[in-house]
Amino acid sequence: MEPRPRSFYILGGFFALFMLFLYGPTITIAILSFQGPEGGLTFPLRGVSLTWFRELFMEQAVGDIWGSFARSLTLGLMVMVTTVVVSVMAGLAFRRHFPGSTVLFYLVVGSLVIPSILVSMGIGLLFDRTGIGNHWARTAFGAQLTWTLPFGILIMFAVFNRFNPAYEEAARDQGASTWQVFAHVILPLIAPALVGVALFGFTLSYDEIARTILVSGSRNTLPLEIWGMTTNVTSPVLYALGTLTTLFSLTLVALVILTVTTIQRRRARAGSDAGKGMV
Amino acid sequence: MRRDHLNSWLLATPLTVILTIFLILPILLIVAVSFWTADEFSFRPDFQFGNYAYLFGSSVAWKVFGLTMLMTGIVWALTLVIGFTVAYFLAFHVRTLKWQMVLFLLTTIPFWTSNIIRMISWIPLLGKNGLVNQTLISAGLIDQPIEWLLYSSFSVCLAFVHLYTLFMVVPIFNTMMRIDRSLIEAARDAGASGFQILTNVILPLTKSGIMIGSIFVVALVMSDFVTTRFMSGSQLANVGRLISNDVGLLQYPSAAATSVVLLITVLLIIGAMLRIVDIRKEL
Repeated sequence: MEPRPRSFYILGGFFALFMLFLYGPTITIAILSFQGPEGGLTFPLRGVSLTWFRELFMEQAVGDIWGSFARSLTLGLMVMVTTVVVSVMAGLAFRRHFPGSTVLFYLVVGSLVIPSILVSMGIGLLFDRTGIGNHWARTAFGAQLTWTLPFGILIMFAVFNRFNPAYEEAARDQGASTWQVFAHVILPLIAPALVGVALFGFTLSYDEIARTILVSGSRNTLPLEIWGMTTNVTSPVLYALGTLTTLFSLTLVALVILTVTTIQRRRARAGSDAGKGMV
Repeated sequence: MRRDHLNSWLLATPLTVILTIFLILPILLIVAVSFWTADEFSFRPDFQFGNYAYLFGSSVAWKVFGLTMLMTGIVWALTLVIGFTVAYFLAFHVRTLKWQMVLFLLTTIPFWTSNIIRMISWIPLLGKNGLVNQTLISAGLIDQPIEWLLYSSFSVCLAFVHLYTLFMVVPIFNTMMRIDRSLIEAARDAGASGFQILTNVILPLTKSGIMIGSIFVVALVMSDFVTTRFMSGSQLANVGRLISNDVGLLQYPSAAATSVVLLITVLLIIGAMLRIVDIRKEL
């Protein structure tokens, strides 16, 4: 192998600094969340304790953390399932040109770039004026879908752009019905990408503030609860909460990476199942 | 072919319904409300241009729109330079696919965590008694803590770069990985230096990735109000905050007029960018 050019070391150093910039702050609050009971929001650490984590688990100590966490979890799952199903359907539809498909595509791009505050305010007003009312499981759900669906659909575009139609044609030639082609050929092939769409759907919902802020109704989601806490909580309990919710997100990402690599490895090992039939 | 169309329409129906209820109708309502009349406690349907006249006659509004554009420009330039450099390192200097994927994953993981927590994470570093000031003071470089590190336009800009550089790295890395390596070898054989290859071969071929990243960053920064409010400690104004302040005061018609102007500005800029790149082909 030829020796590495000098630019490699310069760029490598730049990349290392970028990593420090990305992860440094998160690591800092992870350390400070173990601040002693006398300690404050900044260094030095005055002892090491679990005081601030314990405070999170005490009732009424700081806001409605666990209630909002439960709502965020439920909402995240609702958004995730809807995003996966609707994105797959739309992705299939967009494989062929149909009257209105260009308009619908630009609407999807629009959904991504339209300022979040407009979506939030517009939905809030609409449901307020029509008397239906705002509720996290209704209006916040819809508002978050305008953010997660474009990501899901763009991923489906990327997937179907690389999709080899020969597999479907083969199945159809063998007499498979449209549903069988979808369930036994397309779905297994796009499954790893769907895990990715699901991750987008859940985490984008779980962390969303801008589109949710005016439409959550009378009860907060977790990010909104944290957003409210930033103005009146001035103890490391905020860091403890941040550390926990970051750990939660990282666990999800790790699970997804694990799932996808397992699927791929198993496929590589099993090779083609051609000729084995459907059992 | 009719049946094919029917099938496609049926498959696209859920998407269309959701976007109609939660995107088209709300935006149309905002456009309508921007012509309504408000008094101190309520607002009612009307058709008059007073909200727009007030907005365009307000020197504060002009200044805030200008500041928002300026911040967008600065953040765009910074995320582009940093994002391009990171993607270039990953795509052309890391030699094995395995390490490329590991390092790429490492740059994307923070995206999956909470933005508000990532903003809060700057407090112990940039605060008046934060790590940066403590270090600088104990090193004897400064006597007084630097005040503008946190709750300033500097920290707002820093947070934007921290949160959104990823939106540049991903599409640029993606297009770079698709560049045919024989083009680079051909350039080298023809005597091009590393820098010439970068500016004359890689940069033009990465244009679409740069455009997609730019669309994300511009749209996110122009319409932000959460990051600006938190990172400036409510001291810095931008268009998003102008709108959310009006909403807080229940001045919906005024908020709606500002929203419509913001929407048109964003759509014009993004529309111009979309003319340069065909998103559907680039995915």
